[in-house]
Amino acid sequence: MLIELEKVSLAFSGRDILENVSFSVSRGEIVTLIGPNGAGKSTVMKIALGLLTPDRGQVRRASDISIGYMPQKIMIEDLLPLSVRDFLALRPGTTAAQVDDVMALVRISQVASSPVQRVSGGEMQRVLMARALLGDPDLIVLDEPVQGVNISGQKELYQLISRVRDEKNCGVLMISHDLHMVMAGTDKVVCLNRHVCCSGEPENIQNHPEYIALFGREVEAIALYTHHHDHHHDSHGDVISGEHGKECDHD
Amino acid sequence: MIDGFILNAILAGVLVAVAAGPLGCFLVWRRMAYFGDAISHSALMGVGLGIAFGTASPWVIMVTCALVSGLLLLLQRGGKFSTDTLLGILAHSALSIGLIIIALQESLRQDMMYFLIGDILAIDMQSIMGIALMTVIALGGLFYIWKSLLSITVHEDLAQVEGVNVLKTKIIYMLLIALLVAFAMKVVGALLITSLMIIPAAAARTISRSPVQMAVHSALLGSLSVVMGIMMSSQWDLPAGPAIVLSALVLFLIGRGLPTAKDFG
Repeated sequence: MLIELEKVSLAFSGRDILENVSFSVSRGEIVTLIGPNGAGKSTVMKIALGLLTPDRGQVRRASDISIGYMPQKIMIEDLLPLSVRDFLALRPGTTAAQVDDVMALVRISQVASSPVQRVSGGEMQRVLMARALLGDPDLIVLDEPVQGVNISGQKELYQLISRVRDEKNCGVLMISHDLHMVMAGTDKVVCLNRHVCCSGEPENIQNHPEYIALFGREVEAIALYTHHHDHHHDSHGDVISGEHGKECDHD
Repeated sequence: MIDGFILNAILAGVLVAVAAGPLGCFLVWRRMAYFGDAISHSALMGVGLGIAFGTASPWVIMVTCALVSGLLLLLQRGGKFSTDTLLGILAHSALSIGLIIIALQESLRQDMMYFLIGDILAIDMQSIMGIALMTVIALGGLFYIWKSLLSITVHEDLAQVEGVNVLKTKIIYMLLIALLVAFAMKVVGALLITSLMIIPAAAARTISRSPVQMAVHSALLGSLSVVMGIMMSSQWDLPAGPAIVLSALVLFLIGRGLPTAKDFG
């Protein structure tokens, strides 16, 4: 067990934000928080990160674990001349070699010297993910990692998350909006609406009455559309060179 | 030949500018220009309190500025008012308290102008030694918190998750600003010190490709403004503080005309 929240409750100025929220993330597990706007997803994440202290309940973290965090969005003043490389090197204890490696992993080496304020939305998401992956963290916490990224780019980012989990055997906790993508790549879904409506494996969650009440049944109708390509896209839609898909059925 | 008092003025001014530029870069990056203003306004309260206690020591000013910064941090935690509003309330309250205390000292009223715009041409060796000490502490302190402060500037929550001590770093930065303002009072005065922090930093942006470069450039441009301002002041008998600020403005405007260092490559 990397982190465990037990019956966590929090209120801001008399209004309940969270009530009795419990879940845990283990090594090698991808846990996704879903829920409507205002459900308290970001608040739960901040409690897990230790940025907020709950009014009641317990947060248990395994001792000496390192956490990589990918915030939802980042606003950097234009007057700060900061390259992508300099931005990544801000993580304490990071070496230049580690920065180069992580840039290669998420494929942003080509923008290493660009001002961090000038990269595209899709590139920025990968820059932020790179920062979260630095130093091989035991737990990676991602706040809407594919926000502002097109569909094929989203798929690529989710695949990267799975690959990192497989290679490093770390735990992943993420917030997501897009349900069908989540259902495909997640081990455990926690459906949140100030309290935990339901949680479990994605297949079971989809039939849970509270889940259906929140998101409806039509989700099943929007099956993940997979099409066959003779090329790949990166997360902002540009065609990139790469091996021809194995299951490719055209030429 | 250049007179001794002009050389003293240049020395004192350059020592202030070398600390003000790099510290000012963070005010610009953190969008906290008004914080610099609020602290220099409180410096006037420090001057008033110093007079009431019968001392002109910069340390009284520094402690006053530090207390006002501390009050700001406390009020921010309540979260009820925006930092902008809080700074406005603190700055002008401190300024008013300072002005009233100074006004109550009958003998000093005619010297008010010097507290506002400084009196660099009358600086003595003892003050220069004090300013040199301030510059060493300010730059050393900034070097010590550099990476943490930069990380907080980019994203506070991310920095905290990554193990940066956010509160400690912010407090040290505020103390360094208070220290600078307290010792710079004699050089450019309470009203103009913020401009020595903001304008050279802003002017340095166009010619800088990294945070460190911008800090170094802002120190150089600030020093150049000091030399230009004092020369103008002795040539045409202008008040030195405002002449320094206007020189910095000229450098900033020249910088605006240059193409920005967009690609860091």
